[in-house]
Amino acid sequence: MIHSLFLINHTGDIFLEKHWKSVIGRSVCDYFFEAREKAVEPENVPPVLQTPHHYLISIYRGKLFFLSVIQTEVPPLFVIEFLHRVADTIQDYFGECSEGVIKDNVVTVYELLEEMLDNGFPLATESNVLKEMIRPPTILRSVVNTLTGASNVGDTLPTGQLSNVPWRRVGVKYTNNEAYFDVIEEIDAILDKSGTTVFAEIQGVIEACVRLTGMPDLTLSFMNPRLLDDVSFHPCVRFKRWESERVLSFIPPDGNFTLMNYHVSSQNLVAIPVYVKQSISFFETGPCGRLDITIGPKQTMGKTVEGLMVTIHMPKAVLSANLTATQGTYTYDLATKVLVWDIGKLNPQKLPNLKGSLTTQAGTPKPEDNPSLNIDLKIQQLAISGLKVSRLDMYGEKYKPFKGVKYLTKAGKFQVRT
Amino acid sequence: MTDSKYFTTTKKGEIFELKAELNSDKKEKKKEAVKKVIASMTVGKDVSALFPDVVNCMQTDNLELKKLVYLYLMNYAKSQPDMAIMAVNTFVKDCEDPNPLIRALAVRTMGCIRVDKITEYLCEPLRKCLKDEDPYVRKTAAVCVAKLHDINAQLVEDQGFLDTLKDLISDSNPMVVANAVAALSEIAESHPNSNLLDLNPQTINKLLTALNECTEWGQIFILDCLANYTPRDDRESQSICERVTPRLSHANSAVVLSAVKVLMKFMEMLPKDLDYYGTLLKKLAPPLVTLLSAEPELQYVALRNINLIVQRRPEILKHEMKVFFVKYNDPIYVKLEKLDIMIRLASQANIAQVLAELKEYATEVDVDFVRKAVRAIGRCAIKVEQSAERCVSTLLDLIQTKVNYVVQEAIVVIKDIFRKYPNKYESVIATLCENLDSLDEPEARAAMIWIVGEYAERIDNADELLESFLEGFHDESTQVQLQLLTAIVKLFLKKPTETQELVQQVLSLATQDSDNPDLRDRGYIYWRLLSTDPVAAKEVVLAEKPLISEETDLIEPTLLEELICHIGTLASVYHKPPSAFVEGSRGVQHKRLPGSAGSGESADSPDTGSAAGVSEAPPAVIPSQGDLLGDLLNLDLTPPTTSGPPPAPSSGMQMGAMDLLGGGLDSLMGDESEPPPVPQRTDTPQSPQLSHQSPSPPDYSPTELGGDLGGSPAMGAGFGAPPTAMPASFPPPVSGGLDDLFDLGGSVGMPMGAYSPPKSIWLPAMKAKGLEISGTFARRAGVIQMEMTLTNKAMSIMTDFAIQFNRNSFGLAPAGPLQVLTPVGPNQSIEVALPLSTVGPVMKMEPLTNLQVAVKNNIDVFYFSSQYPISMLFVEDGKMERQVFLATWKDIPNDNEAQFQIKDCHLNSDAASSKLQGSNVFTIAKRTVEGQDMLYQSMKLTNGIWVLAELRVQAGNPNYTVSLKCRAPEVSQCVFQSYEAMLKN
Repeated sequence: MIHSLFLINHTGDIFLEKHWKSVIGRSVCDYFFEAREKAVEPENVPPVLQTPHHYLISIYRGKLFFLSVIQTEVPPLFVIEFLHRVADTIQDYFGECSEGVIKDNVVTVYELLEEMLDNGFPLATESNVLKEMIRPPTILRSVVNTLTGASNVGDTLPTGQLSNVPWRRVGVKYTNNEAYFDVIEEIDAILDKSGTTVFAEIQGVIEACVRLTGMPDLTLSFMNPRLLDDVSFHPCVRFKRWESERVLSFIPPDGNFTLMNYHVSSQNLVAIPVYVKQSISFFETGPCGRLDITIGPKQTMGKTVEGLMVTIHMPKAVLSANLTATQGTYTYDLATKVLVWDIGKLNPQKLPNLKGSLTTQAGTPKPEDNPSLNIDLKIQQLAISGLKVSRLDMYGEKYKPFKGVKYLTKAGKFQVRT
Repeated sequence: MTDSKYFTTTKKGEIFELKAELNSDKKEKKKEAVKKVIASMTVGKDVSALFPDVVNCMQTDNLELKKLVYLYLMNYAKSQPDMAIMAVNTFVKDCEDPNPLIRALAVRTMGCIRVDKITEYLCEPLRKCLKDEDPYVRKTAAVCVAKLHDINAQLVEDQGFLDTLKDLISDSNPMVVANAVAALSEIAESHPNSNLLDLNPQTINKLLTALNECTEWGQIFILDCLANYTPRDDRESQSICERVTPRLSHANSAVVLSAVKVLMKFMEMLPKDLDYYGTLLKKLAPPLVTLLSAEPELQYVALRNINLIVQRRPEILKHEMKVFFVKYNDPIYVKLEKLDIMIRLASQANIAQVLAELKEYATEVDVDFVRKAVRAIGRCAIKVEQSAERCVSTLLDLIQTKVNYVVQEAIVVIKDIFRKYPNKYESVIATLCENLDSLDEPEARAAMIWIVGEYAERIDNADELLESFLEGFHDESTQVQLQLLTAIVKLFLKKPTETQELVQQVLSLATQDSDNPDLRDRGYIYWRLLSTDPVAAKEVVLAEKPLISEETDLIEPTLLEELICHIGTLASVYHKPPSAFVEGSRGVQHKRLPGSAGSGESADSPDTGSAAGVSEAPPAVIPSQGDLLGDLLNLDLTPPTTSGPPPAPSSGMQMGAMDLLGGGLDSLMGDESEPPPVPQRTDTPQSPQLSHQSPSPPDYSPTELGGDLGGSPAMGAGFGAPPTAMPASFPPPVSGGLDDLFDLGGSVGMPMGAYSPPKSIWLPAMKAKGLEISGTFARRAGVIQMEMTLTNKAMSIMTDFAIQFNRNSFGLAPAGPLQVLTPVGPNQSIEVALPLSTVGPVMKMEPLTNLQVAVKNNIDVFYFSSQYPISMLFVEDGKMERQVFLATWKDIPNDNEAQFQIKDCHLNSDAASSKLQGSNVFTIAKRTVEGQDMLYQSMKLTNGIWVLAELRVQAGNPNYTVSLKCRAPEVSQCVFQSYEAMLKN
């Protein structure tokens, strides 16, 4: 099982270590540093490394490496999932997952790690169980604690730990009972030069924020559940009812949680909300090139496209860009060679265009690699797959909750090749 | 108000200050001080000096303080064992605390203190906690058993904790069950043979029930445990699959992959025509696709596993090609894996899309990725024949970019395409030659040289091209040198008139100026071949090369099966069996897929133990070394047959029988590929010997070559005596197997020619990693032949076949190497006839006609034994003079006479006589006495033993009587059996 954990920042300093079995020397990380060196970019460090006596499994989140050491045959996915859970928990507790925050709360983090794993076996990873054992810091509480001498550590057994619904604590009380669901869809797509879709799929997620008193039992049903053939659920969802009736029936955790992830595969037709006309060319003669990009709406289902942004990783030889944008602003970062064009709202009457010349380093050959365009966009009140919630029913409690559903479509990994 | 303040006290007297604070009266101050200590500890500072002061803070009601002290204790107890004892009392007391949280915390912490003295005190509290009324305490205690086992295994066994742990599998609380399973699994890992997790239908049922209710981590433990179970039948298998399937929709990817493992394994047992089987296949695809939208680290592990799944069951993801398309901002490790899977999924249906993608990738920035993409185009060409043309033109486009590494990769793969589709795309050679100068990598240079040599007749200036390479011969890598040598010899054989000088130059460079034995030996082989028999040289060097096969890098099937059982583990990431790398897995368990209802192929093969070794040496990957392999094949295996006299068996045969069967066959290939010993004369080579005008130079007589090649010819000599050397008592019953075999006969075989039993399976595929050998023996035109059908029932191609016999009663030995020159692809069969000589070493076998055979291929060495009918050994000149017959008959003592009955034979005496004559049993005289025909017959065995027979046939009586007389009565039984077989055939 998981033996030790090292947190390493992007400059390669180990700033926290935790051992669940015997102590393993830091020198084990040298193998990791070697691989880190070789990979150049931190993103490219292989997640599973073999050393003479240990295995190093790492993830890279928020410019930090979470590096775990294992000694026996352990499912690597288990370790990686757990490491992401650690990062999620830190994020959940302190609002962000960064070196500064972890250092500021080092004792709490240490207590959390101790609570999450016992002898390498996961012990409590559900956020609400953890929060009963180790309360997250709030300004109010730290003031109160200082005055009364009380501590952040709960001294009773968390109620959720052993019940049949470990994700929910008992005795939840709210004056305003409300349940909100956000259906968020991300389009992952690759378009080729001519604008044809090479590949497109939709990653959907239903995020819930449920603040309901007592033990409510909810049923969420869809207008068109047949769209969902590839789903993964929060443990609270009763799978049998989904299989037989295609409804989501569950006792929700308290607060924010991810109810369901789904995936609409490339075999169904995926609507592409915008088209991109682009030409980036470099001349054989002279150190320059031309760039011309226009974006227009395609299948937007009558909604407005917002937050439109184009990111281009230029070839290394490109020194500067002299462009004019009809809408929005552009920046070109010399160091990273990234051109960002922030457009904002897409106006179908007046299509945004970015045009101008690029200067390349004199004397270098014409760049061979074609830069890809990365598109960001948002469409409010639309789930591009067409998924719609039909109703939400509540059983088990008497009161009438306030219910709401929001839809949002975003670009995920949306790439246009040139 | 943040903890970072704890880090700021880096002054000199820090430890001293902390000490004072720890001993303060104020609770709050104490707690702050402990926090500072912990903070220092987390960043690796040594604060062990504060041990006694921290331990003093342990007796407190404040849970947070208590936890902090425990944290400290766990870290430092090991270094201060004597001090740690101070804490024991508090632990024991806390284990009795009314608050379950404190009880659990105490037992948990105690388990983490790895000090022997403390563990002794742990036993009693642990026993209580394992039976605690609160499930939270029980589940914590379950893990504690595993901890304790890690520290002191003997203690755990002595105290009977393992049994208590097993009982917890039946606990009412699913969390307790999950932890008990996890603890038992961990303990079992260090005790591979102990039957700790005794899985039976009852426990399986309990686990499946707990599976639905426990946490995600618990589900992983339970699923991994389930995967070790082997269901009794397909119905049980199906019911487990049905209950595991919902896990595929879990949000935790580790749960999903563990569920996939269970399903992939148990699916093997389901009959393929079952509806449920199809349903299950369909259900597996979406979760695998979903894994690819997770974080890159998860994707990587998922992709490594999908790579295995696609090889085992390509149908699952065959429609999902697009999800493996590479995004430019994927991490490189994800890109490379995706590419690999794309090629595996490539088929005629999607090849256009794949090629378009690959071409796109070939213009990316990352060099490694671009190289692999170019290589992938070549692999597509070889895999999908219809796309070959398009692939070649894509590669040509890429060559036009003149990007150095792209050009080099392209040339390497084009060479492979030539190997796969000879005489089809040679028009592109001109384009390739243009880039000759830009090649600086050995592999690309070697590939280019191979192409020039292979197609020398179509390249006008081939000699100039090769000569230009020759200039820097000694600076080239071995790979290039070997290719250059071969290419120039090829060129010489094709255009002998202009290139004589060149070939001499390269031969002397290779043989005289090189220290590399491979190069030198190959040089000598060519030299001698060219000087002895240029025609033979041509046949050898320019022989048809075997086509290379499409799937070249598939994982060997037995290893794949094992890896499928390890889906989701490190083994699946490394594509190696756990035994090959997991440290501390003392004693290795090899997991196997259960046999399926349809085909139990290799399900219980005893050879699995060697899988580890196999993985170290994966099946030959032809694209990278194909040319070399092909050339060697031609070279190494042909010479013995081209030289005049049949070569005597190789020296490997002289080894003792036990040695041979104990794996000595490995030397077989070595023996054969060894170049002939170099005569001293070669250091003064003279050019006339090389020319065509002197085909048989006196220095190299063929007989000498034969002798050199074959080893001592005296080996066959000691043969005449064996019969007398055999023990006198010969056990009469010869195994019934042979009779059964003959009974099968009937329609097959030639009625009038020499009798040959029908083919039977000698080596079943399940015993030979997919190689099936069936065969028979026949005597055709005076030559004994072993006729075999080699069938490849595995998924990878088989090459490098070789055969060897153990010593046997009649000195049977292969008269030449096994002629399997083309690799045998999956599901392909090949017919081989192996001529046998009878001059091999002799050892009496039991039964007499038993032959032990070893067959080797690129995968392993396999052994089997078969029995040949003795009639194979009846020679053509076995007709005895009448007088001699009479004299001999009288001369042989009556004790040596054996009489047998042949029942149910409906031939008349003439028909019988002619039938037997076909098998070299000669009728010398016929007498008719009282309606009974008496045929006097003789036959001679290859080793000179005469057998005389009297066959009595009575008209109307289907029972014949045979009397056999022979000086070596041991053979009588066999001869009788042959009589029966020959007559009834």
